[in-house]
Amino acid sequence: MRTIAYNDIVKAIRDTIIYSTTHLSEDMLKALQEALQKEESPVSRAVLEQLLENAQLAAKETKPLCQDTGLAIFFVKVGEDVKIEGGSLKSAIYEGTQKGYEEGYLRASTCDCFTRQNLKDKVGYNLPPIIYFDIVPGDKLEIEFAAKGGGSENGSRATMLAPAQGIPGIRAFVKEVVSNAGPNVCPPIVVGIGIGGSFDMAAVMSKHALFRNIGSSNPDPELDKLEKEIQEELNKLGIGAMGMGGTQTVLAVHIETYQPGRMCHIASLPVAVNIQCHSSRHAHITL
Amino acid sequence: MAEYKLQTPLSDEDVSKLKAGDIVYLSGTLYTARDAAHKRLVELIEKGEKLPFELQGAVIYYVGPTPPKPGEVIGSAGPTTSYRMDSYAPTLIEHGLKGMIGKGKRNEAVKEACKKYKAVYFGAVGGAGALLAKRIKEAEVIAYPELGPEAVRRLVVEDFPVVVVNDTYGNDLYEEGRKEWAKE
Repeated sequence: MRTIAYNDIVKAIRDTIIYSTTHLSEDMLKALQEALQKEESPVSRAVLEQLLENAQLAAKETKPLCQDTGLAIFFVKVGEDVKIEGGSLKSAIYEGTQKGYEEGYLRASTCDCFTRQNLKDKVGYNLPPIIYFDIVPGDKLEIEFAAKGGGSENGSRATMLAPAQGIPGIRAFVKEVVSNAGPNVCPPIVVGIGIGGSFDMAAVMSKHALFRNIGSSNPDPELDKLEKEIQEELNKLGIGAMGMGGTQTVLAVHIETYQPGRMCHIASLPVAVNIQCHSSRHAHITL
Repeated sequence: MAEYKLQTPLSDEDVSKLKAGDIVYLSGTLYTARDAAHKRLVELIEKGEKLPFELQGAVIYYVGPTPPKPGEVIGSAGPTTSYRMDSYAPTLIEHGLKGMIGKGKRNEAVKEACKKYKAVYFGAVGGAGALLAKRIKEAEVIAYPELGPEAVRRLVVEDFPVVVVNDTYGNDLYEEGRKEWAKE
């Protein structure tokens, strides 16, 4: 049994939230620089230049990259041989989130979905977060964090295709989602696609797919090829940076399937598309 | 694609010379409002009551900034997605609003109102919140402080960079830009 202190988890989460909302991740920075080289449209190039300048300034001043500092999303893997001392893991994540957002001068963006009243006084500053727990072998605690903005979430969709629709059906659905989202989701974007599992699991996988490093290959060679083909097809839409017209709309397509076996029910083909705007704020903590 | 420097409040003449795709640097006063504030503004108009700011010639910026750090004028302050204001914007345009700053598509009713009453919709770069905040020189909450980030603020800006998306002639940069670069 390995012991991890409650306060260490709180501090790690707080610090990670402040760092990742003010420092654009390395993979996105590189992807935007490459997009600027490849982009043919002058107006889109001007947007990309502003985004790179924004990233530089945000890091220098420790100022949020974007005013929508998002909902706090966590994917947590708890080793079976880990014991948390001094409090529960869930409350450590809540406390770390509240501290990170409040002490980092980030925006409290959670509200009651009916009255639309901000929850900062009733529940806590930008609380509650969204947490997915998994139990795994070992004595480590792994936490993936994302600050996920509302604009790109609003352009995301899920569907249940008929199995006969197959890969052409998946491609058509993804194209429809990205095409309809257009400028609203702050392109250039990363497209996370969850295929299989159940209705809900497809959506969770589409979100988790956004944690993969931009530019990395899918371990499944067949899916790796499909990702590149879908990316090429989507870039033909001409949406461009902030939707003002251009050739670099999609920086990467990441597909995740349910393992083992890329499973789904014999009657179903669930597909979900989660969009990540260019302000990609992801981080990985291992304790 | 032309470039203009304009001072707010905007006149019919100012907005009539703008075409979709033009780059504009705005200076002067902007007012911030998101969905919750828009709902209240439209209710005031319907009741025939006075608004918390002069609407004639005004430019509204759709933004919910992060809290400022000590010594800062404003936190990060990039545009939010505009369609959420579509059901309210035509009423404000009819009553004198000349400009809106946001990101993302508008509906036909907003585009029609822009043509009929002469107003423009500007796009700012979403996600460039730190950079855009640099152009904001003053910020003050003037109404609905209980709405937090969604309160109405009076901002004073200098050379605030925007692009004309919908002009007074019915043009739409998103549609035209995409048509120009699509490869099908």
